[in-house]
Amino acid sequence: MILVLPIILPLVFMVLLIFTRRWLFFQQAFSLLSAVALTVVSALLLSQVATEGILTIQLGTWPAPYGITLVADLLSAIMLITTSFVAVVVMVYSPGFIDKERQTAGYYPLVFGLLMGVNGAFLTGDIFNMYVWYEVMLTSSFVLIALGGSAEQLRGSVKYVTISFVASIFFVSAIGILYGQTGTLNMADLAYKMRTWENMPYINGALMLFFVAFSVKAALFPFFFWLPASYHTPPVPITALFAGTLTKVGIYTMFRFYSLFVVQDVMFWKLFLLIIAGLTMSVGVLMAASQFDIRKILSFHIISQVGYMVMGLAIFSVNSLAAAIYFTVHNMLSKTNTFLAGGLVFQRLGSYDLKYLGGLYKAAPFLALLFFIPAMSLAGIPPLPGFFGKLFLIKGGFAAGEYLITAVAIAVGFFTLFSMIKIWNEAYFKKTPEDAQKAHPVNRSAIAATTLLAAAVILLGIFAGPVMELSHQAAMQLKDPYQYIDAILNQTSQ
Amino acid sequence: MLLLLAVVIGVLYGSAVYLLLRRNIFKLILGLIFLGHATNLLLFVASGLTSGYPAFIRFITGESESMADPLPQALILTAIVIGLGVTAFALVLVYRFYSVTKTVDLDELSENE
Repeated sequence: MILVLPIILPLVFMVLLIFTRRWLFFQQAFSLLSAVALTVVSALLLSQVATEGILTIQLGTWPAPYGITLVADLLSAIMLITTSFVAVVVMVYSPGFIDKERQTAGYYPLVFGLLMGVNGAFLTGDIFNMYVWYEVMLTSSFVLIALGGSAEQLRGSVKYVTISFVASIFFVSAIGILYGQTGTLNMADLAYKMRTWENMPYINGALMLFFVAFSVKAALFPFFFWLPASYHTPPVPITALFAGTLTKVGIYTMFRFYSLFVVQDVMFWKLFLLIIAGLTMSVGVLMAASQFDIRKILSFHIISQVGYMVMGLAIFSVNSLAAAIYFTVHNMLSKTNTFLAGGLVFQRLGSYDLKYLGGLYKAAPFLALLFFIPAMSLAGIPPLPGFFGKLFLIKGGFAAGEYLITAVAIAVGFFTLFSMIKIWNEAYFKKTPEDAQKAHPVNRSAIAATTLLAAAVILLGIFAGPVMELSHQAAMQLKDPYQYIDAILNQTSQ
Repeated sequence: MLLLLAVVIGVLYGSAVYLLLRRNIFKLILGLIFLGHATNLLLFVASGLTSGYPAFIRFITGESESMADPLPQALILTAIVIGLGVTAFALVLVYRFYSVTKTVDLDELSENE
């Protein structure tokens, strides 16, 4: 029962919020409470999955390969709780940042539409259903990114909508071809058939189509260009929400599909993903170095850091998978946090452009601290979580004998530090430039939200041990897909 | 039938890509629509064609083998509805884009102005 709640609750909240669109205060309070409720549900789900193992439910009580299955293993549960926590923070942050027109134009219902899609994608055990959740999530994000309709946003939206639509087309084509070959859409059943049938044709073609679809969503190497062209256009809370949840759904799906479906030609896929990961990491970080807009620097870093996650996936040992999962959680929190801190800078000095910023370290040391924590976490400075994530990834890489990619990962770490120090020096350390705007007061609730997230980042670093242990168990489940297959297919016989 | 459909899908994909590469923003939307249709047909063909039978079991005659697979049809139906929604949104978006920037040229999308 609890498995359905992360999908049903956002739907109910969304419908309620649509009808109360004009009551601003109600919208703000209710969406915060709803996001908290979602977090509580996700926490319950996580604890249940951790004690009882993989949970499944057959919607409409149709038995497994025929009906639609919802599954929660540890990876799904971890992603769910991180997503809903990010949503709570964004809900605290938004009222003091987004203008009233946008807030009453349906910002809050759309956020819950997005969350419904994201949660659905984390929980579903059926590939076509996955596509539908992707579309729920994307359609909400289309409207969110265009909400307000400034010229800059419309430019970004046209690119975003086009590329997302084309990626969805790749996704559906792959589903169609796979269904034609196997006659099933259930992920567990597909994985089982791939392991038992000999020489299934067209599988690599379908998997490559899936790869293109997900790597567009996750912004991997050849398909990343749309992200820095569109993510910086909407108000910062929306960008932060996208950075924390949307791109990570692509990563989650890749983890899931890789562990279940890559059975043939494993060596090819491993090499392929390693090359993609290396290029994604290095291209992202190098392009970030040439930017001067805070949001653009951070957007390019999303790309670079997604490369680390794919590296952990490609190596596919329990240790590297666990490290990649931990890194994903860290990144969802730290990335959102840097964007929110960038938003605070914007509120104070009215610009994202480093040329017009400066002197914040002296003028507002607390704001500086709020940026410093997640930025240093992204750069990988101990004892923040980014350090542990990278450390375990690098250890996993060395243990698996993948020296080249590990060397790239270490080098990219230095460049990340360089970019973060660049923002730090320009926006916080250097003297206030003469053409800078006068300082405006920063909204208190926005500061509170950023502080909350920064505290979570620090806690993730302090409790790296237990979280890593949990990621380790999640990685064991991924590494042994028969657990997943058994949990779904054997339920039929009960 | 199979060959005909394959050719139609190919032509649709070809026209879609051609339209997507045009500079006019309205042709971009047309390209997206074609792309969606081509994929719907691809779903239909890839999961096997059964001609002359409905997509449900005929209980009266009891011939359970002689039915078309209903699932691909359900999938296509879903994909059509989603495609319709996205297209409607894209059209509104393009109209807003036109009324704000007064241009239909996609080269105006580049940020260096």
